[in-house]
Amino acid sequence: MELYHNITINHYLVLAAVLFGMGALGILFRRNAIIMFMCIELMLNAVNISLVAFSKMWNHTDAQVFVFFIMVVAAAEVAVGLAILMMLYRNMHTTDTSVLNKLKF
Amino acid sequence: MLSEYAFWFLSFVAVFSAAGMIFSKNPVYSVLSLIITFFAVAGHYFLLGAQFLAAVHIIVYAGAIMVLFLYVIMMLNLNKLEEEKRSLWSKSLSVAAGGILMLVLLAAVQRTDELNAIAAGEYDAAMGLTQNLGNVLYREFLLPFELASVLFLGAMVGAVYLSKKELA
Repeated sequence: MELYHNITINHYLVLAAVLFGMGALGILFRRNAIIMFMCIELMLNAVNISLVAFSKMWNHTDAQVFVFFIMVVAAAEVAVGLAILMMLYRNMHTTDTSVLNKLKF
Repeated sequence: MLSEYAFWFLSFVAVFSAAGMIFSKNPVYSVLSLIITFFAVAGHYFLLGAQFLAAVHIIVYAGAIMVLFLYVIMMLNLNKLEEEKRSLWSKSLSVAAGGILMLVLLAAVQRTDELNAIAAGEYDAAMGLTQNLGNVLYREFLLPFELASVLFLGAMVGAVYLSKKELA
């Protein structure tokens, strides 16, 4: 259905899919832990876009509340994740994840 | 008409600055590109009538989370260019895997044509305003809202514990 002038729900789903795919690509492509964290944020945002588009489509607020909770979880995740990153840097003196290969088969 | 142009403009800005985030060598440029992406996403929320979420998105992401990222980059002094030592084979394989995931998602979206058949309902322009969202959040979602505070407390304790010096 049309959300507004000429823009349908599919436009937003394609945008969300592209952004999500780019986030996944970034996680696979980069080895810098900070960039990988930012790619996770990008993927969460892609999902948020599709949720808000569906909220407009069904005229329902529940999806927007869900987006709110996703933001809460993202904030908590970043706080803990960056603390882990600081620990990693303190012990390994790098944020390159390819040095963490002790579990590699 | 204007909102249609705004959609395309914001989408291109979001996608291209996301690409800039992934492919730039300097982490500080990556952070700045991601902030541009977040502003574009906030613009999309405005277009979709979610004004409260757009404001919260800018405050939380651009104002808090990305500043935290910049702060960590500053403290670790990571703003120098560093080459990632990886073979071309593993790099091209990762691009191929990400591209295939994107193609699968786009193919799944192609199958959702029946969504377009749904008739537009009665649109309530005040849906995304703070008053409306507040009523829903504090009535129907009160328990998850309170649980979120416990989650934040846990995250805070975890972050403080992890960044203690003696642990290292």
